Amino acid sequence: MIVTRDWLLTETPASRGQAAWGRRYRLWLQFRRNPLAMAGLIVALSLIVLSLLAPVLATHDPGVQELSNRLARPSVAHWFGTDELGRDVYSRLLYGGRITLGMVVAVVLLVAPLGLAVGCVAGYAGGIWDRLLMRVTDVFLAFPRLILALAFVAALRPGVTSAVAAIALTAWPPYARLARAETLSLRRTDFIAAVRLTGAGAGRIVLRHVAPLCLPSLIVRVTLDMSSIILTAAGLGFLGMGAQPPSPEWGAMIATARRFILEQWWVPTIPGLAIFIASLAFNLLGDGLRDVLDPKQDG
Amino acid sequence: MLVEIKNLRIAFSTPTGWAEAVRGVSLTLGKEKLGIVGESGSGKSLTARSLLRLLPGNARVQADRLAFDGIDVLAASERQMRAIRGKRAGLILQDPKYSLNPVMTAGDQVAEAWRAHKGGSKRAAAQAAVDLLAQVLIRDPARVAGSYPHELSGGMGQRVMIAMMLAPDPELLIADEPTSALDATVQAEILRLMEDLVSRRGMGLLLISHDLPLVGHFCDRVAVMYAGRVVEELQAGELTHARHPYTRGLLNCMPRLSHPEARLPVMVRDPAWLAP
Amino acid sequence: MIAIDGLRVRFGPNEVVHGISLDVPRGSSFGLVGESGSGKSTILRAFSGLNPDWTGKMRLDNVPLDRKRDRAFFRRVQMVFQDPYGSLHPRQTVDRALSEPLIVHGLQDRDARIAQALSDVALPNSVRFRYPHQLSGGQRQRVAIARALMAEPNVLLLDEPTSALDVSVQAEVLNLLRDLQQRRGLTYLLVSHNLAVVAHLCPIIGVMQGGDLVETLSTDDLRAGRVHHSHTAQLRALTVELEDGGEAAARASA
Repeated sequence: MIVTRDWLLTETPASRGQAAWGRRYRLWLQFRRNPLAMAGLIVALSLIVLSLLAPVLATHDPGVQELSNRLARPSVAHWFGTDELGRDVYSRLLYGGRITLGMVVAVVLLVAPLGLAVGCVAGYAGGIWDRLLMRVTDVFLAFPRLILALAFVAALRPGVTSAVAAIALTAWPPYARLARAETLSLRRTDFIAAVRLTGAGAGRIVLRHVAPLCLPSLIVRVTLDMSSIILTAAGLGFLGMGAQPPSPEWGAMIATARRFILEQWWVPTIPGLAIFIASLAFNLLGDGLRDVLDPKQDG
Repeated sequence: MLVEIKNLRIAFSTPTGWAEAVRGVSLTLGKEKLGIVGESGSGKSLTARSLLRLLPGNARVQADRLAFDGIDVLAASERQMRAIRGKRAGLILQDPKYSLNPVMTAGDQVAEAWRAHKGGSKRAAAQAAVDLLAQVLIRDPARVAGSYPHELSGGMGQRVMIAMMLAPDPELLIADEPTSALDATVQAEILRLMEDLVSRRGMGLLLISHDLPLVGHFCDRVAVMYAGRVVEELQAGELTHARHPYTRGLLNCMPRLSHPEARLPVMVRDPAWLAP
Repeated sequence: MIAIDGLRVRFGPNEVVHGISLDVPRGSSFGLVGESGSGKSTILRAFSGLNPDWTGKMRLDNVPLDRKRDRAFFRRVQMVFQDPYGSLHPRQTVDRALSEPLIVHGLQDRDARIAQALSDVALPNSVRFRYPHQLSGGQRQRVAIARALMAEPNVLLLDEPTSALDVSVQAEVLNLLRDLQQRRGLTYLLVSHNLAVVAHLCPIIGVMQGGDLVETLSTDDLRAGRVHHSHTAQLRALTVELEDGGEAAARASA
């Protein structure tokens, strides 16, 4: 099958696949019209690609120290200069992206399905299940995110894994709330009533009919939250509770270099810029996705 | 003439170019009751809203003449338009649930509309509001004035809406499907009320509806719209002499209590109706 | 086929249906008319199993119904909703909507059945993979009817099936419902606020007011004006009054 614009945009698709791809293509066309969102998407994707290709693109080993050449200015040999132990900041930034962005991806993969499941079940089942699940959610919501994460990491061993677990633990309640609110309004609709009248069981209704409709707003919310997850991950790294030295995590990089902010400003500033750019890119992307995916905006 | 519309065209921008929704409508309205009838998508609401310049931002409006009481609506400043909207021309929408402010009492909303156009003290406005509610035949106006919209029935809400629109003594009332959300018994009452107020105050009424018999019953003249065009304009009493096959089709395809039919006639749409 | 006896339905603390009884013979149609809030749709929802908070007796084909319905019940009883914009899943194609009942009931030959269902409701095969937003209101309602018929039920509950449609489309859908009934021997329980629509499809009509069934009469009696309750008379008068103009016009054009 040749995939052409006409094939995708036809008003009379001939198969399930064509209909689904046609819908996706239309969403993409709509998304493409928003230049800021496109910028966000491109930057976010390039950051991910750069991190994945770190071994190829790095000019130096991120762990190798060169004490004679510490805190060097950006130059041809060291594009972003060197840090307090003479390590190449550019290479550390690339490898650091793997850790920081990897943590974000891990958190999202843990949090989104958990929040969706809890929210949909609570919203659809109602009654005692709803009260039980939502009170648990409330308990987690009641703690300030960073403090709970700190306490959790401090109780365990500081490191990337416990940081991910800690952030995930504090990040899922808003998604559960969101999914529950969506489910509550969906369950009163006629089309869900029609599915119930086919005789389908509750599990099938939630999984196949309700959850797919909660997904778009959840994706938007997750994308918008990515920046705050990056900041929390970096914050934990900065406080020494995340990735441990000598791992080049962006937040930890700032933490160790903060003493030099006045004299050798580029050393802490460059990872800071990376955090800033990544957060902004995900935020723009999320805003653009909201315009396209938000079910309240299309007819 | 209160309203003059000549060769009105409204188009919306789409990814594939401009889509024309209204394609050359001409109408005039004096101090009379004109009904615009058509199916969904016929452009009837757009035509009426263009008079108040209340169209979405992506709409393109063109007309040889689009005037309210001699004021060119297309050229008027936003300030001139504000003086028309709500003051000289009131708009009543389908569902009062969405057009009334849920956190203000009915009386306060009517009083605010009155004060915005007439000034005066709060107490005078509150008194005027109760008078207006009485004018729309609400039996216990003082009680209704103190109620919130969610405490009112659909018909009562629509009466409050009409009272609000009457506050500034408008010259024109535009009613866009004012009774479609209401029960048949209430529908008749509201329409009779509007009919009565319009003739007593000497206003013009533009009634937009999908229900041809209903409009024929309450208006002086009826304009039938199809696909963005007025296909037929006739006196309400002469619905019997409708010539256009679309108008006749609309009347024929309704099931009738007094005339049982095994099968309803189905409208066959002639592409020629689209031609200018 | 349908027998309802002393049905009472509650919404929280309020009783909205105060003990109504009605019978619909197999292959026939019963029309419920009334204004909004009269409880007519509530009766449908209670019978369909969507609202479990009821007391009284309901029987389908002489078998008493429980609060909880089993899967077999949903093969025999299906419902068509008022708003064709709200009753189809916005992210599912027509194909998916029609497949759903087949999957749930484990029916084979999905492709053939869907093609047949589309042709039964006079929809072209080209709409099969479209999304609801690509269809007109009339087409959506046809899809909803097709979906209701997928599992080959005997009883169709129709909740204002044409009130969101333009009159010309309403005529097409009413004709379709009548054809389907004749072809498949369906039993209809129709709810509408439009007296003429109910009279068109149903030989027996029940008039509801404030949760009570105030009068049950034959359509012939209604047409002839042999009514007893004042509410029936009032609804009839309103309908006939508006028909005067249209009726004369129809005579002129005929």
